[in-house]
Amino acid sequence: MIPLWMYLAVAAGLFCIGTYGVLSRRNAVAVLMSVELMLNAVNINLVAFWRYIEPSNMAGQAFAAFVFVIAAAEASVGLAIIISVYRNRRSVSVEDVDMLKW
Amino acid sequence: MLEFNAQSVAFIVFALFSLGGALGVVTTRNLIHATLYLILSLFGAAGFFVLLSAPFLAAVQILVYIGAIAILIVFAVMLTRSMTRLRELYNRQWLLSGVVGVALFLLLMIGVILPVWGINGSHVGKPVSDVVTTTVDLGIALVDQNQYVLPFEVASLLLTAAMIGAIVIARDDRE
Amino acid sequence: MENVCSINNLVACLVQSGMNPDLANLLTALGGVVLVATVPLVTVIFLIWIERKVAARVQDRLGPNRVGPFGLLQSVADAVKMITKEDITPQGADKFIYNLAPIIAFASVVLIWAVIPFTPLHIGADLSIGILYFVAVASIGTIKIMIAGWSSNNKYALLGAFRTIAQLLSYEVPLVLSLLVPVMIGGTLGMQEIVRQQGGMWFFFMAPVAAIMFFIANLAETGRAPFDLLEAESEIIAGYNIEYSGFKWGMFMAGEFMHAFTACLLTVVVFFGGWWGPGVEQIPVLGFIYLGLKTAVIYLFALVLRSTVPRVRIDQLMTLNWKWLVPISVANVIVTAFLLQVIKALGLTPQSGDLIAALPQTIILLVGNVLLGVVVFGFIGRVGRAQRAADQAVQIHTDHDDHSPVPAVGD
Repeated sequence: MIPLWMYLAVAAGLFCIGTYGVLSRRNAVAVLMSVELMLNAVNINLVAFWRYIEPSNMAGQAFAAFVFVIAAAEASVGLAIIISVYRNRRSVSVEDVDMLKW
Repeated sequence: MLEFNAQSVAFIVFALFSLGGALGVVTTRNLIHATLYLILSLFGAAGFFVLLSAPFLAAVQILVYIGAIAILIVFAVMLTRSMTRLRELYNRQWLLSGVVGVALFLLLMIGVILPVWGINGSHVGKPVSDVVTTTVDLGIALVDQNQYVLPFEVASLLLTAAMIGAIVIARDDRE
Repeated sequence: MENVCSINNLVACLVQSGMNPDLANLLTALGGVVLVATVPLVTVIFLIWIERKVAARVQDRLGPNRVGPFGLLQSVADAVKMITKEDITPQGADKFIYNLAPIIAFASVVLIWAVIPFTPLHIGADLSIGILYFVAVASIGTIKIMIAGWSSNNKYALLGAFRTIAQLLSYEVPLVLSLLVPVMIGGTLGMQEIVRQQGGMWFFFMAPVAAIMFFIANLAETGRAPFDLLEAESEIIAGYNIEYSGFKWGMFMAGEFMHAFTACLLTVVVFFGGWWGPGVEQIPVLGFIYLGLKTAVIYLFALVLRSTVPRVRIDQLMTLNWKWLVPISVANVIVTAFLLQVIKALGLTPQSGDLIAALPQTIILLVGNVLLGVVVFGFIGRVGRAQRAADQAVQIHTDHDDHSPVPAVGD
């Protein structure tokens, strides 16, 4: 059996790589991809804890399923916003979206 | 640490997929390549779900993330014309973000994970060896009125709202 | 899984010869994979031949009949020609992705064969989520189109790829929704279990609307006629695989034929009873033959359909999906769920797996489906009548407006 802390270490690594991507990439689509990495890390954590601590309680898998739903909803709306911003400002760099109202 | 059997080989392969894909996403200049690295990372996560006795979640991961979200990201990359050679890869705070990322990882590992669940930690017990729950139990849990039927219904409402919102936002109003 | 005929006896032999047990398990699993994967690879050679023959006969000509008896070796000749062609990569194409796309094209179809139950005892991997696995692997197929279209460095390939993906993603919705119906009736996601549940009555007679939706959605997913807008020669030439030649194109084509056959195979497994037939419980190997015969019938139907029905336009395609197939599938799921609960309340759920026990449920579900079909045809009739009235109104309008001094000749 693989010890639990190895799964948690991989999930922590994914989360930190995702954080680095969100904070340092210029392109908005790349930022969204890094957010998906972070959500994946959370899912791995949830299912690992479910499996190793309390597999009879379906809370872990149900919660992971809801994270899937929310990730899908957020990715679609986020990408729609990026496309709309591109149409108006001709740029998808996150640094160029800096006015509150135009 | 790990004995050499099929499960640990599979774990190492999937860990390489996930972490390698993630590193590829944050370091590559070509956005299409970044999307393919993301797909590789998502495959690694699906492999983890299979190892963790959650086959339904593995199939849903491939179906939803790779079959839908990754395709959506590819479309967005192509529609925003910023794909192949990005001029600058990182913004001005890349060094600080790198420090934050590494610090967060070290904090999580040394501060939380290893003391509690690590080799000499306080909670290192044997994992429950056989899992008797099946996909049917997950299905029942999602519609049982004492369990998770309310988040299930709210999630479907959320998806409908997100679908309508995305269509409205991305619609081309210029004609 | 005591009564599953497994390849594990070989493992015992290898372990006794001194091999590490994990390595022995891995090697025998790989041997099983090779066995299961050989079946589609051998079948596709035959499929190309039969497609050409049937298309030819429908068009009142002979088809390939020179190479080998009845032209059976024509596919071999084609394969040899393809292998000896020059293997080019377009300039400016992304080499790694360009070469990866045909591999994914082929692999994503062969992967489906892992969960198909050939006989009561032989199945590649008896997953508890077999149907979900099929849907997940089918959705991987969209990746190959995207990367093939993108990496060809050709804007027509990219446009073709966009349209293909729009079609594939749209038709996944009625595919999954119509698969929900046999899952609800059988109460399980596993393929072998769904086939076992059809011992009394095939699911086609309990859910004909779902079977027809599934078949149409599969035709659209695999890009067969009448939905072959994307790769027809008179349209966008070859769509996303315009820059591929030689063996890579061959892999795309072989993958497409195999996908069509696999889709018919799945229709048979889920709706037409899979390996059930007279005498299959005693002699399990007969399951292969029954499965093959039923799949051949469905595949021949798809082949004749290809030569018969005209191609749909892209906007007609999208209208057909979003305005007709998706609402019908959703209504079908609701009606079936309601009727299944009614059947359970009345206590008519078939407990044993024979014909008489399954009849009441079959009749109730069949009546529900027929009513749904009547409602749908009523809608189709109403829309058709409105369309015809609108066309005639436009025509009368233009007739009256014609005030030219020269009368029309031969009106």
